[in-house]
Amino acid sequence: MHAFASEIQERSGQNLSRCYQCKKCTAGCPTVTWFEWPNHGVVRMIQRGLRDELLGSKAIWMCVTCETCGTRCPNGIYLSPIMDALRALAVEEGRPVPEPAVVAFHKAFVGSAKRFGRVHEATMLAEFMWKSKLFLQKGFVGEAVGGAKLFAKGKIPLLPSSVKGKAEIAKIFAESELKL
Amino acid sequence: MTYSYYPGCTAHSTGWEFNDSTVAVFSTLGSGLTEIEDWNCCGGASAHNLDHFVGLGLPARNLSIAQAAGKDLIIPCAGCYNNVKKAQTAMEEGGEDAAKLKRVLDFDWQGKVAVLSLVDWLERPGVIDGLTAKVKRPLSNLKVVAYYGCQLVRPQRVTGRSSCENPTVLEEACRAVGATALDWSYKVDCCGADLAFGHGDRAEALCTKLAQQAKAAGADAIVVSCGLCQINLDMRQSGLGLPILYITEVLGAALGVAKDKWWKKHINDPSGLFR
Repeated sequence: MHAFASEIQERSGQNLSRCYQCKKCTAGCPTVTWFEWPNHGVVRMIQRGLRDELLGSKAIWMCVTCETCGTRCPNGIYLSPIMDALRALAVEEGRPVPEPAVVAFHKAFVGSAKRFGRVHEATMLAEFMWKSKLFLQKGFVGEAVGGAKLFAKGKIPLLPSSVKGKAEIAKIFAESELKL
Repeated sequence: MTYSYYPGCTAHSTGWEFNDSTVAVFSTLGSGLTEIEDWNCCGGASAHNLDHFVGLGLPARNLSIAQAAGKDLIIPCAGCYNNVKKAQTAMEEGGEDAAKLKRVLDFDWQGKVAVLSLVDWLERPGVIDGLTAKVKRPLSNLKVVAYYGCQLVRPQRVTGRSSCENPTVLEEACRAVGATALDWSYKVDCCGADLAFGHGDRAEALCTKLAQQAKAAGADAIVVSCGLCQINLDMRQSGLGLPILYITEVLGAALGVAKDKWWKKHINDPSGLFR
């Protein structure tokens, strides 16, 4: 087995050797349209050791962890933990990602949880907008109108809510590999 | 029966009416909900993407608090539910993850409390009968499809469900309160809420298909049990005007405890369905 395949097996707890390329994972995937390669192809690429291609791909960030593929795999392989392992490796190694807005959102969300212990939408979304520079892109006006509607309905509170056990939250982050 | 309650971050923001209607329904049924002490964010749909341990550690802290509280835990938010169940599964499978969670959070999972979504709760013996007995306003004019999405049902090794492809209890609950629950083939398809930030057009494509198919089935509304599904479907359905109701709002309306404030929180106004 290729060293990269062993590494992903170890991190994900999934046995890649069981895949016989039946393509059932791909057939049920709601977002495969936006992958460079289909789901079963991703498994094959891991087996072949195509590390740079995968860690720099859109596919790993377009997987939304809906778990449809893992639920339907006849060989009991769950692709979501495999995708999690690929994403975490890409973040750990500081790889340039072709989906900066998606990664900026995840970082803003987890950053908010780290800061307050709970997510505060207003500051989280402001950080996401600033870091992703989405406000410079086409389609931003529509998104802003949607956000304004939610604000008008009282669905985006101004003040954050914090937990008392901040030391415990800090310990979880300190024991991880994550740098935000 | 009384339960512990983990509302999650959206209970006071985008899912305000989900929280309020859940509390109203449980109180009407005589089931108390006690919020667990000092709960934290479960990591949402983001933590597991960035770091394996943060993705397990954040929900595991809530699991530890719930175990100390000693009662079965109700989690309405599907995302929070799935994350806490993943932490529970990791503890039960043992191995390195469990050992690290034990050390960092100083707790040992003994499996003494159950972790329940509203779908799990409705499946408990007697719950639907209890609802039927308390109906004050049967919803005989309401035609809906039930939508489960991803996090309430998958993956099987985490949710422990016997049917991940065709769950039926939300329909049974709607029928128990007099509504018509129609069949359709999209109840466990993904709404793409994860794509809403960064690729709103893609989330809109997935949601629009669901709204179109719900209308084609003859539904006047989609019934959900997930805050992310609700807001994503409500905001991103290409102007089809289809209300997206929480299951607890439907039940609350039939039990006679609905508030106008619930309907005002929606983008597509559902109030006309309950006149």
